Amino acid sequence: MAGAPSIEEVIEDFNVLKCMQCGVCSGSCPSGRQASLNVRRLVRKIGRDHAAISDESLWMCTTCYNCQERCPRGIAIVDAILAVRSIAAHEGLILERHRQVANLLQEHGHAVPIDDAHKEKRMQLGLNSLPSTVHSHPDDLKDVKLLLASCGFGDITGGKE
Amino acid sequence: MMKISLFLGCLVPNRYPGIEKATGICLESLGIDWKELEGASCCPAPGVFRSFDEPTWLALASRNITLSETDERDVLTICNGCYGSLADANLKLKNNPVLKEQTNSHLSQIGRHFDGTIDVRHIIEFLYSEIGVQKIKETIVRQLDLKVALHYGCHMLKPSSNRATASVEHPSVFDELVEVLGCTSVDYPDKMECCGAGGGVRSALGETALAITEHKLGKIEGADVDCIVEACPFCHMQFDAGQVSLAEKGREFGIPVIHYSQLLALSLGYSPEDVGINLNEMDCSDFCNLLNELKKD
Ligand code: SF4
Ligand code: SF4
Repeated sequence: MAGAPSIEEVIEDFNVLKCMQCGVCSGSCPSGRQASLNVRRLVRKIGRDHAAISDESLWMCTTCYNCQERCPRGIAIVDAILAVRSIAAHEGLILERHRQVANLLQEHGHAVPIDDAHKEKRMQLGLNSLPSTVHSHPDDLKDVKLLLASCGFGDITGGKE
Repeated sequence: MMKISLFLGCLVPNRYPGIEKATGICLESLGIDWKELEGASCCPAPGVFRSFDEPTWLALASRNITLSETDERDVLTICNGCYGSLADANLKLKNNPVLKEQTNSHLSQIGRHFDGTIDVRHIIEFLYSEIGVQKIKETIVRQLDLKVALHYGCHMLKPSSNRATASVEHPSVFDELVEVLGCTSVDYPDKMECCGAGGGVRSALGETALAITEHKLGKIEGADVDCIVEACPFCHMQFDAGQVSLAEKGREFGIPVIHYSQLLALSLGYSPEDVGINLNEMDCSDFCNLLNELKKD
């Protein structure tokens, strides 16, 4: 079955309450320079309450791991962000474009499937028009769909299974 | 020598097939025992799928890994995203019996089982530690006198707790692999910074991703290089298609982007057209001409 942790488990598992608000993380953050993500504040918010799940800056993290590598308290910041995202997703808080990517995976087994323009490019290079992935192997695609169904993935994303 | 299966992922075969072609050329020329991992799916992309549901991420990643376990080969990735996803999932399942059991119960639905018998490799780390700079030097047929801006990208090296590579802040493996081909790896500010695409940011918050990319391109522009060299098709796309988007907004950079496999194939004597450098989204014809001129020397 699909599953997300509770916010209490995230706080416990990733040492979120050890944060001393030093700001090393936010000072290292490429996204914070360009967008409204303030990872120091986000960590504090995760440690305080469930409301962190609807903080839109959760989705501005590129998962570059700069913060996690440098945090003097050894907090697994990115792992915590990913876990909080999964709580959000399980409560239906998914950005529309991400829902579309999830649907592509469920339909094609690829988040970025082939299209005609790129079949053309493949042939120009002397490659088969379809790669040797699930695109050429319908039985494997069937397995991928069975696995997604077994995990209940379609229920989370509201897309098809 | 180690046997490997090449994991293609999504972006390489479906958006930048020149990298697929180039990688085959490189593995063949270096005498590596390899085959493509037939029937593989999306890794699945960690930014979106790991973010949504860890059990699903582990189930899909482990299916890809078990395909390679059946072949008794390590998985070779040519994408930082695929590497991050598959290597992290592989380690998690090897180290956590509860997750392994949960994942195997999903896999049993399709008659597969995760055993934990193989490793996941990244082409840069693999070439450096299994093949070696010396062997590459002996195999190439020409030196490429290019000034390049190297972009390591994030997940090749991080999280460092899950990686064998030495330094996160000042690594040299990739630089050494590039310089042995005759190129100069030019130092520039924020060399170790992210391209902006990862974590699902490119797919859902494109403008944020593009702002990070523009910052990095600005630093690279100042370094006055012939091209950017990376080892990840997602970074490749972000810099390549990103420059097209930035040009539409009136910010023109004109810095060609190539994957390390393509660079290595060039030094093995192949032409830019052989490995699809002309198939980038941005116009690379000047760069292709430069490369074809170099070839005549
Ligand atoms: S670097 Fe670590 S301790 Fe410092 S503010 Fe960020 S999360 Fe807290
Ligand atoms: S991993 Fe996310 S929060 Fe941390 S520095 Fe990178 S973009 Fe910022």
